[in-house]
Amino acid sequence: MAQKPDNNAYWSANLRLVTICLVIWAVVSYGLAILLRPLISGIAVGGTDLGFWFAQQGSILVFLVLIFFYAWRMNKLDKEHGVDEQ
Amino acid sequence: MDQFTLNVIVVGLSFALYIGIAIWARAGSTSEFYAAGRGVNPVVNGMATAADWMSAASFISMAGLIAFVGYNNSTYLMGWTGGYVLMAMLLAPYLRKFGKYTVPEFVGDRYYSQTARVVAVICLLVISITYVIGQMTGAGVAFSRFLEVSSTTGLFIASAVVFVYAVLGGMKGITYTQVAQYIVLIVAYTIPAVFISLQLTGNPIPGLGLFSTHTGTGEPLLVTLNGLLTDLGFTEYTTGSSPWLMALFTLSLMIGTAGLPHVIIRFFTVPKVADARWSAGWALVFIALLYLTAPAVGAMARLNIMTTMWPEGVEGEAVATEDLPNWFQTWSVTGLLGVEDKNGDGRIQYYNETGPGMAELAAERGWAGNELVTFNRDILVLANPEIAQLPGWVIALIAAGGLAAALSTAAGLLLAISSAISHDLIKSVFNPNISEKAELMWARVSMAGAIVLATYLGLNPPGFAAQVVALAFGLAAATLFPTLMMGIFSKRMNSAGAIWGMIVGLVVTSVYLFTYLGWFFIPGTNMLENTAANYLFGIPPTHFGPIGAVLNFAVAYFVSKATAAPPKEIQDLVESVRIPRGAGAALSK
Repeated sequence: MAQKPDNNAYWSANLRLVTICLVIWAVVSYGLAILLRPLISGIAVGGTDLGFWFAQQGSILVFLVLIFFYAWRMNKLDKEHGVDEQ
Repeated sequence: MDQFTLNVIVVGLSFALYIGIAIWARAGSTSEFYAAGRGVNPVVNGMATAADWMSAASFISMAGLIAFVGYNNSTYLMGWTGGYVLMAMLLAPYLRKFGKYTVPEFVGDRYYSQTARVVAVICLLVISITYVIGQMTGAGVAFSRFLEVSSTTGLFIASAVVFVYAVLGGMKGITYTQVAQYIVLIVAYTIPAVFISLQLTGNPIPGLGLFSTHTGTGEPLLVTLNGLLTDLGFTEYTTGSSPWLMALFTLSLMIGTAGLPHVIIRFFTVPKVADARWSAGWALVFIALLYLTAPAVGAMARLNIMTTMWPEGVEGEAVATEDLPNWFQTWSVTGLLGVEDKNGDGRIQYYNETGPGMAELAAERGWAGNELVTFNRDILVLANPEIAQLPGWVIALIAAGGLAAALSTAAGLLLAISSAISHDLIKSVFNPNISEKAELMWARVSMAGAIVLATYLGLNPPGFAAQVVALAFGLAAATLFPTLMMGIFSKRMNSAGAIWGMIVGLVVTSVYLFTYLGWFFIPGTNMLENTAANYLFGIPPTHFGPIGAVLNFAVAYFVSKATAAPPKEIQDLVESVRIPRGAGAALSK
């Protein structure tokens, strides 16, 4: 492990990315689908409101996007910081 | 050809396929037995993970759970998918980098302690054994319902099939049978759902159909459903209650999902750390195919039931006994559906007796109580093909799909159990000098032993089927998840902290569950009645996982603060787990 400082930068970049993704994860599921549902109840979707859609479809779709975004971004970070698997 | 023969043919073919795969994918080394030789393509692993994860409960019960409660049970949909976000970002890639075979192995090595290893093995065994009981009974029930054998015989057949491919193939055999099982179960789930969605909304994609216009009424499907439900005294489908409890329960399922050892070990089978990240995404793609469809199946099946019972609408007459559809008769035989013409008018009134204003309405219209007296929620998926008037082979496919869901999850759990015994107890604790060949033999013996135990418990379920899952998720959340996460994200966390954290999480969560559900779930031994008034801060025992996790984190933090930092080589180990480079080295082990 010769590139010690580089590893630290890599790890902070990882933590930053994880934090951003988990904030979105929480806002969508606990927020829009449950606790903040009354705030967006004015937005109608197919006979009900947006919060219901997030609870039954939307949050799952957002989770999917988050994991793929994370995988793509991390695999790129690995290369940028020279810690990828050869 | 009658339905029974069709069921036997389709289920028999699927079993022949699983056994064929097992013979083709025999395991020749411990690396193959525990981690499929780390040669599994990330997409293939994603598919296997989806089958590993989706149990009989997901396949048979979840749509019904949503259908009978509506919005509030969206918690299952979000909880059982959102856990993958945690797993993908907080655990899977790092544990793959660590490059060993089991979850307790990471705990034991990272916390440089045999005690930590053994505590982790105990947590794993409690979680996985409770979970596997439900799978075995589920398989037995599916057999008895579709193949007209007793559920005991069904359970023996299921055990025998799992025995063949799990003992022979280990993780390698299980991986490729899980792929086949995924295909069987997703096809079986999707076909009836697509036809029902077409019939009700004209939209072939059920997840979109759920938010489309109902072709019968010209109104949105959910508006039609809400209207019928409220007219009959039920609560509105799209309305919720107690959002904070919903959020807590969702969190409990998410953290529990991320901490389940039989799912975590699936990510040890891919060649690289980068693959583990992709693979988590693919797993969720394949899971989402079912989870996006399930809420549509729930709402549409519920609507179908309502219109079957009230063909002229709620204002008109209820369905006459002789006009009940055929599937109604078929499923009445199984005891999952039951009607009783209480007022003797030759019609079956289905409504909620305790709903607001229903007593007055009943008196006015001469109803003598709800006459659809038994209505098991599993019926919604099981009878789906018949409700949609689909041909017999689709019904047979549902039988094969339910069995595939139960068997794939059972196999994954059995592998987690047997590898913890052969690798973490026999090799690491009792006999470190064991040869690779002897260890492989012990792995097979442990697997066989685990199957016998699971079969025994399936035959004599301790009478707590529903609560068992709550225990498994609660404990996974309170024990393994925090310990694994701190092992990666905190270099300062030491063995004393981890051990006390796990013990406190395990004991407090178990005691909280036992207080309301009975000691070791033995009915009558609970110290407090399982009602909201008795709960600590209003938290039901099923929602306790996150509290246990917080206690684990807190105890671990304070104990490790008060004790010495972990040795240098452990801190280096944490450093190396955090970066992907060098993961290939683990291959040779």
